[in-house]
Amino acid sequence: MANYALRRVLQAIPILFILSILLFAMVRAAPGGPLSAAYRNPNVSKEQIAILKHQLGLDQPLPVQYVKWLGDMLRGDMGESIKFRRPVSVMIAERIPNTLVLVGVSFLVTLIIALPVGILSARKPYSVFDYVATTLTFIGQSVPVYWLGLALILVFYVAIQNPTTGMPLFPAGGMRTIGGDNNLADLAWHLVLPVTALSASWAAWYSRFLRSSLLDVLHEDYVRTARAKGAPDRLVYYKHALSNAILPLVTLIALDLPSLFAGALFIETIFAWPGMGRLFWDAARGRDYPVLLAVVMIDAVIIIFCNILADLFYGILDPRVKYD
Amino acid sequence: MTERSLGSQIVKRFFKHRLAVVAVVVLSMMILLALGAGLTRYSPTQQDPANPFLKPTADHWFGTDELGRDIFTRILYGSRVSLLVGLVSTVLTILVGVAVGAISGYYGGWLDNVLMRITDTFLTFPTIFVLIILSSLLRELPFPWLKNSVLVVIVIIAALSWMWPARLVRSLFISLREREFVTATRALGGSSVGIIIRHILPNCLGPILVSGTLQMAYAIITESGLSYLGFGVQPPTPTWGAILSTAQVHVFRAPWMAVYPGVMIFITVMTINYIGDGLRDAFDPYVVHTDK
Repeated sequence: MANYALRRVLQAIPILFILSILLFAMVRAAPGGPLSAAYRNPNVSKEQIAILKHQLGLDQPLPVQYVKWLGDMLRGDMGESIKFRRPVSVMIAERIPNTLVLVGVSFLVTLIIALPVGILSARKPYSVFDYVATTLTFIGQSVPVYWLGLALILVFYVAIQNPTTGMPLFPAGGMRTIGGDNNLADLAWHLVLPVTALSASWAAWYSRFLRSSLLDVLHEDYVRTARAKGAPDRLVYYKHALSNAILPLVTLIALDLPSLFAGALFIETIFAWPGMGRLFWDAARGRDYPVLLAVVMIDAVIIIFCNILADLFYGILDPRVKYD
Repeated sequence: MTERSLGSQIVKRFFKHRLAVVAVVVLSMMILLALGAGLTRYSPTQQDPANPFLKPTADHWFGTDELGRDIFTRILYGSRVSLLVGLVSTVLTILVGVAVGAISGYYGGWLDNVLMRITDTFLTFPTIFVLIILSSLLRELPFPWLKNSVLVVIVIIAALSWMWPARLVRSLFISLREREFVTATRALGGSSVGIIIRHILPNCLGPILVSGTLQMAYAIITESGLSYLGFGVQPPTPTWGAILSTAQVHVFRAPWMAVYPGVMIFITVMTINYIGDGLRDAFDPYVVHTDK
């Protein structure tokens, strides 16, 4: 299996290579390229632009620029932000922990909701509980994450106040109270609304997936055999059925992890959460290309890593899978 | 067609899914409303600076926005954009996806290898991030048709979505190309193109339609999301996403403004999802209806 993992990683390299060329070409295709913001600024003279161009190496041929950029990226040097004049790697390093907190907590909440709901729905299909859960999952899948975020702000920030203090029930933005005591409770208080918005559709999606995958497995012969041998209901459900039904879910989750970051882009924008998504949005509005390129490349690496992880997990959990 | 033909059986099974039938009715009504958007008394861009942030009244059913524009009218015109983007980008996605998947799955070999490596590369794109970059860059290129942001959004959503139907159709073709009816057609001298289009493709119709509904829901959510972030369809064209982003700025002055576009996106996506569910049941003869 180590061989297989190594081969997958090696296969990923040309894909990342092609991706980086495409992204680099896309960004440089824009008129003015990375300096388009400077071109539009009437206070920046032609001479200053020429100096900037030379400083950034933009007066060299494109392939030379690409090779230099790629070499820098591989050494961990992601260039300098045009807007903030700071190293991109430092800016991203500041933001990654915040995004990981948001995505990580949302992921845990998703599992805490989705697993029990999916299992209970499958144990008693077409019961009242299953009917309510199925309806809710359909709703959860159809609500766009950005609107849910806004709706939560509307209800818990604008409409409902804390009866004792008269302040909004939950904050509508940021990660910490400015001037507050930097403690965990404060962070948790700020996390409530963004995490709710981010977890809702995933919880809906996974519980529905687990339900149908469990129902499929329950028709298998080995489940009937277990029942015929007199195994108690709990054992049949949680040992025989669940351990097989969970396999496709694990793959799905591993493949889906990157889309948590996409959802985080919206949530961070709405809730002014100082993470990578918000950084990307600000950079896109200010045409800060070094930042844009770096964030997209990092996300692409995460996606490829998760794809490999999904395959490997499947092999660990399911001994029937053989890698060659 | 006799009463027992495959088509009539599928239609019959679809009508058994009551929620899907309701969804078809609701979606048809939304399409009619979108087509009839011009019938309201207001224009979507006509400003009335004296009357901003009016609450919903008999004159302005959904109130007015920060420039005094009628929100109801803007929502109706917005549904034109959403439905158009959803429909056209889905057709494009399916066309490209089916073509790639069919060629890849039917011919196999090096062609399959090349096409699947391209598909894999596209699948590693962080979609929403690349959409934002593309949308902001394409607008700056010196081609007049790129100034039409609706067209740009349609094309870029399709350009980053065709891989899903391509993989689906490829796997269907791989299993179908070995079947007896394909061998028989080939023995009778049928051409490859004829076999692909006339014999194998009709057998893939169900899964393709279902993935089409998923794609349409995705396209509508994505267009509104991009417009909400400021990287989709550009003002002054009214879109649900743009109304939502103004609503966020004025969330204290006019909290009702945020409700309408969200409810519209929600209803549209939900009806499409239910129609997809109905189609899945209708095309799958093995589904047992226990909720009679």
